[in-house]
Amino acid sequence: MSSTDFSGDPYAESRETTEGTVYTVTGGDWDSLLDSVSADEHDDRIVINMGPQHPSTHGVLRLVLELEGETVTQARSVIGYLHTGIEKNCEYRNWTQGVTFVTRMDYLAPLFNEAAYCLGVEKLLEVEAPRRAQLIRVLLMEINRIGSHLVCIATGGMELGALTGMTAGFREREEVLHLLEYLTGLRMNHAFIRPGGLAQDLPEDWKEKVTDFVKLMRSRLRDYDNLLTGQPIWKQRLQGVGYLPVDGCLALGATGPILRSAGLAWDQRKIEPYSCYEEFDFEVPTATEADCYARYRLRVAEMHESLKIIEQAVAKIEPGPVMVADRKIAWPAQLSIGSDGMGNSLEHVRKIMGQSMESLIHHFKLVTEGFHVPPGQVYSSVESPRGELGYHLVSDGGTRPVRVHVRDPSFVNLQSMPAMSEGGMVADVIAAVASIDPVMGGVDR
Amino acid sequence: MTEPTGTSKDDHEPTGGKQSSAEASGAATEEQRARGGEPPREGEVEQSADGVADTSPEGGTRLAPTRERRGMFGVRGTGDTSGFGGLTLPGYAPAPAERPYGGWFDELADELAEALDRKGIARSAVRQITIDRGEITFYVEREQILELCRLLRDEPALRFELCSSVSGVDYTAPDGAEVRQPLHVVYQLLSMTYRRRIRLEVALDVADPHVPSVVEVYPTADWHERETWDMFGVIFDGHPALTRILMPDDWQGHPQRKDYPLGGIPVEYKGAEIPPPDERRAYS
Repeated sequence: MSSTDFSGDPYAESRETTEGTVYTVTGGDWDSLLDSVSADEHDDRIVINMGPQHPSTHGVLRLVLELEGETVTQARSVIGYLHTGIEKNCEYRNWTQGVTFVTRMDYLAPLFNEAAYCLGVEKLLEVEAPRRAQLIRVLLMEINRIGSHLVCIATGGMELGALTGMTAGFREREEVLHLLEYLTGLRMNHAFIRPGGLAQDLPEDWKEKVTDFVKLMRSRLRDYDNLLTGQPIWKQRLQGVGYLPVDGCLALGATGPILRSAGLAWDQRKIEPYSCYEEFDFEVPTATEADCYARYRLRVAEMHESLKIIEQAVAKIEPGPVMVADRKIAWPAQLSIGSDGMGNSLEHVRKIMGQSMESLIHHFKLVTEGFHVPPGQVYSSVESPRGELGYHLVSDGGTRPVRVHVRDPSFVNLQSMPAMSEGGMVADVIAAVASIDPVMGGVDR
Repeated sequence: MTEPTGTSKDDHEPTGGKQSSAEASGAATEEQRARGGEPPREGEVEQSADGVADTSPEGGTRLAPTRERRGMFGVRGTGDTSGFGGLTLPGYAPAPAERPYGGWFDELADELAEALDRKGIARSAVRQITIDRGEITFYVEREQILELCRLLRDEPALRFELCSSVSGVDYTAPDGAEVRQPLHVVYQLLSMTYRRRIRLEVALDVADPHVPSVVEVYPTADWHERETWDMFGVIFDGHPALTRILMPDDWQGHPQRKDYPLGGIPVEYKGAEIPPPDERRAYS
């Protein structure tokens, strides 16, 4: 050994373990590393640990790659670095509070989490949200889908070295977040969709804001075609890379753009419509190449389709209630903006405090205890930007869930990483992971 | 990484009241009474416990046990003012569906029964069929789950190509009342050909949490089963590498079991001390 033995020191340049010499490489020159590896132990096979803190692994994802030269012979992903026990926590909160937890899982698609969860709770309660609430959910989800796809393209671009793609993507996503903040009050983690409807109605001039947004995005989305779609380097990095045909997708459970890039037009908005999606006119973009480039193009096309849905939703939404009429479920608060921020409207407080003892009791019990959900179990799923986002909810008749299980598309889709990457180049692993677009908050929950 | 082989038992059982044998039910009732502070009401409690045992379908698919509520009336040592004290909640067991099931459920059940006959699998592999809120659930024998999945995937009339999710549910009662086979494994299957969704459910004893792995039929179940092992301690026999997936490799216990504490510390808010979530008052 040319290098000194620093066994036991995890920050040493190299140390001996039971599985051989482990080298710690943090930047620097590979040649100096290769010099220190003596010829007799060099058998062309090297195991590289990448992440969990790495700018190209799409979050706190750890990849373990076995390489022969530049070729990946085996790839495995290690997850769990962002596990926060959200499913367990939901069991200790009432059904309404669950929304604030699930919205934090897939943090790029919070409104999809909320919608899928609330659709499940509503199925358990056997109630249906009012039409206005359902259409507003569609509006919000499609705005959210654009934001999520923009981040996918932005971070994917960054990981592949297309830094202008990143700045452009995050610039447009900022518009999405501004709009969502205006509509729901928060940029992320909205907790706006609630069992039975919505937390509150949209602000008064929402139509103008949304229409302006659509106009702006129409002009900006063209930039992505100009910047990336036809660009030779972008195409060379993505075309024919990360191939996963339709049988592989089904075996590995991959849904969303990955499945549609393999030619199967499976989109739950069309096939199992929920929340009035059957009334909307939109296309499901598909491709047959089953590679990273096809997935990129599908995401861009889906953003255009989302704009179409948003426009139709704006036209469809009519005045009406945004929460079910059943006061045993509907949160009794009437929110308004006061001098100290959002809160119960003084009018409402005056009424329940001054005039109606029953309302006050009811308000108190509903807020402290929550509503009872009849026993049983349901599985409800929506088409999130990454595929099938399913919620398996179990109730024993109480005010808290017995079980909230999330079938997160990132978690399932990430399993297809080895199938997409093995046999390819190291650089193509990055492209494959970027095209899967795993959001670690959803993977680890 | 020390992970179980097919025969090893989970030896990191967190402490907590666990009654998996029938003998424990009497003790559980006594304990429940003692904790509830209610005067013993011999006939009523015994009767309800018996009634539950009768209505419970073969194999303990019962979701919620009969349990008493405690609160304002006859309250002991708690500030609970829910007003529910002294009430007895009925146990809940999903009712077996009766023919006609309606919709495509009849056709599916017929096709499945015929396919079982063709493959020489006893029809009793499906213990019970329940239809609730427009969803169909097959409660199945754990020994048959792999062959059943293979059949559901391959039969031309069934074609459940996609396994959406495999997860666990721990139906252990919060107050220690007895639930037979409280550990469930739930499979959500999707047929893209026929656009149908079904659910398979397997009930397990806590002392014997083994179930055959379905990875060879549905490769996507790999991570799902690892997560179910990690969170519930269900051992999937025949899984290629049943290791923890979300928790660290050296973690002890299975966090989503009901007897595993949530943890947390009290926090101060505007001068008041707020207890951690699992110690707060519940109204379920």
